[in-house]
Amino acid sequence: MDIAIQASGLGKRYGDHQALAGVDLEVAAGTVLGLLGPNGAGKTTTVRMLATLLEPDSGRATVAGFDIVRQQREVRRRIGLAGQYAAVDGLLTGRENLELLGTLLHLGRKGARSRASELLARFELEGAAEKPVQTYSGGMRRRLDLASALIAAPSVLFLDEPTTGLDPASRQVLWQMVREQVGQGVTVLLTTQYLEEADFLADRILVIDKGQVLAEGTPDELKRKVGEEWLEVGLADADGLEAALAALAKVAVASPTVDRASRRISVQLADGMGAITAAAAALEGTGVEVVDFALRRPSLDDVFFHLTGRETDQGQDASDASDASATTHDKRAKENQ
Amino acid sequence: MSATSFGTVAPGGFGTGVSDTVALIGRHLRHLRRTPEKIIAVTLTPVAMVGILGYLFASVVSVQGTAQYHDYVMGGVFAQVALSCVGVAALGVSADLRTGLIDRFRSLPMARSTVLVSHTAADLVTSAVAVVGVSLAGLAVGWRIHKGFLPAALGFVLILAFAYAMLWLGALLGMVMRNAEAINGVSALVLVIFSFLSSSFMPLTGLPTWLRTVAEWNPVSVVSAACRQLWGNAPAAAHGSLAVQHPVLLAPILLAAMIGVLMPVSMRVYRTAVVR
Repeated sequence: MDIAIQASGLGKRYGDHQALAGVDLEVAAGTVLGLLGPNGAGKTTTVRMLATLLEPDSGRATVAGFDIVRQQREVRRRIGLAGQYAAVDGLLTGRENLELLGTLLHLGRKGARSRASELLARFELEGAAEKPVQTYSGGMRRRLDLASALIAAPSVLFLDEPTTGLDPASRQVLWQMVREQVGQGVTVLLTTQYLEEADFLADRILVIDKGQVLAEGTPDELKRKVGEEWLEVGLADADGLEAALAALAKVAVASPTVDRASRRISVQLADGMGAITAAAAALEGTGVEVVDFALRRPSLDDVFFHLTGRETDQGQDASDASDASATTHDKRAKENQ
Repeated sequence: MSATSFGTVAPGGFGTGVSDTVALIGRHLRHLRRTPEKIIAVTLTPVAMVGILGYLFASVVSVQGTAQYHDYVMGGVFAQVALSCVGVAALGVSADLRTGLIDRFRSLPMARSTVLVSHTAADLVTSAVAVVGVSLAGLAVGWRIHKGFLPAALGFVLILAFAYAMLWLGALLGMVMRNAEAINGVSALVLVIFSFLSSSFMPLTGLPTWLRTVAEWNPVSVVSAACRQLWGNAPAAAHGSLAVQHPVLLAPILLAAMIGVLMPVSMRVYRTAVVR
C-alpha cells in the first residue's frame, strides 16, 4: 500500500516548552488518520509542520513522497489545508474566493472559473456564490474553507479541527463532504477534539498529549484496549440493589460493580444473547424495578480518559452525564488493572 | 492518483510570480471598492490638515523665505499622508494573519514575496488617492507649484516612495503586533512624533542643537524640504547640516536605503510568521 504521509521523530521547541517531542506517524494513501488530543497536545503544530508552514527542529517527514523541508514547493502542489479559522476573505464573494485561489494555483482564468463553479455546486453554496463571505453562516464559511482547500484537487488534505464551533447539522454535512473526498482517493489527516468525529471519519487514530504519541490504532482497537462491552442496569430505588447484585453475580463472568449514588450496576457478561437473556431473567426473578437495562461499549471518550487521565473538553460540557460516566470510567479502569 | 494531475502546477518563475502578484493586487483592489470608507478615512485627515494649516494657521503664521504659509506647509502634509501608511498596511497584514489567510497563501506553491508585495502595492493605490485629495485641497486654499513638470513630478514620486517605505514598515509592524488596537496606538504615535519632530510645519531654528540634528535628519523633514524645493515653494536652507542644504539629493538616497532595509526584513519575518 502507498504511504501518503510519513513522519518520524518530529520535534519542535518554543523556548522551554516542548510542543512536540518526537512524533512518528504513517498514513496510507486514501485513508483518514484522526489526530486526537486535548488543547495544547501538539495537534496543530504537527499539521502545520506537515503542511510546510513550520519547520521541525528535529525529525523528518514526507508528504505525497516529498520532503516537507527540502521539497516544500512539491509538497505544496499536492496538499490542501483547512485550518482552525475558516481562512476565507470576508470582503470577497464565495466565487471570488475560489477563483482567486484557482488563479494562484495557475489553473488559468477559464480553469479557475470552472473549478470554482464546480466546487460551489458540490458544497451547496451556489445560492450564496455572489454574496460577500462576511454574510455567510459559520457552516457556510467552513464549507467554503473546505472547498478552498480542494481547489487544486490535492492528494493529501489536512483538516485542523474542521468542525469546531459548528452546530450538529452543519457538522454532519461537513463530515459527508470529507467522506466524499476520501471516497475519491484523497488522504486525510484530521485533528479533532471530538471523539465522535474521529470515530465517524477516521480509519486510524493517533492519540497525542504533551507532544507525544500515547496510542495508535483503529477506533475499535483503541476501544478494545479499554475493555469489552458490559451490561449496565439502573434501578428505580436503592432498596433493590442487594437483590439485583446477587442475581446478576450468578450470570456474570466477573463480579459486578455498583454505584450506589446513581443506583447503577455494571457487569461483564459472557458473549452471546444467552447471557443477556439469563441476566434479564435473573433480574425479573428478584422483582426489583429496573429503569435502565443496556449494553454499553467503551466510547472513544473512555479511550481518551483511559490514556490521558483527562476528560475531553466535550465531556466537561455535559454536566450530569459526564459525572455518571466518570464513575464508570473509574470502575472500568480498576477492573482492567 | 488521477487526482494529482489537476494539482500539477506550472513551474514557478518570474512570470508566475508576476501573475500571482497581479491576482492578489486584484483582491486588494476589490477590498477598496467594497470599503470606500477606508480610502475616505485615509484621505480625510490630511485634507482636514490642509484646511486647518493652510487656511486657519496661514493667517497667523509666516515662515521666512516663503510668501505664504500654505506654500511652506504642503510638503509636510504630503509627508504626513505617507506616514499614515504605516497604520494602513499594518492593519491589513495583521487581519490576514489573524484570519488564517496568510497560512493558506503560504501553503500554496507561490513565491514567498508575493503576498507582501501585493499588499503594499495595493495600499500604495490608497495613498495615491489620498495624495490626489490633498493636492486638490491644497489648490483650493491657494497652494501652487511654481516649477516645471519634471521637478513637480519628481516631488510626487518622492512622496509615493516615502509612502511605499512606510507601507513596508507597516507590514512589519502588522506581523509583529497582530492586535488592531495596539497597531492603531503605535501608528498614531509614529504619525505624531515623526511629523511634529520635523521641519514639515515649522523651521527647526528654535530647537536645541542635538534635537535639531535629529529633526533635520528625520525623513519627514528631508522629504518635505525636497518637495518644497522641487515645487518652488521654498528654497533649501543655505546653512546647516547636509540634510537641510541638499534635501533633493538626499531624499532619494534616504528612501532607497529605507526600502532596501525594510523590504528584506519584512519578508524574513513573513517567512516565520505564524498564527498565534
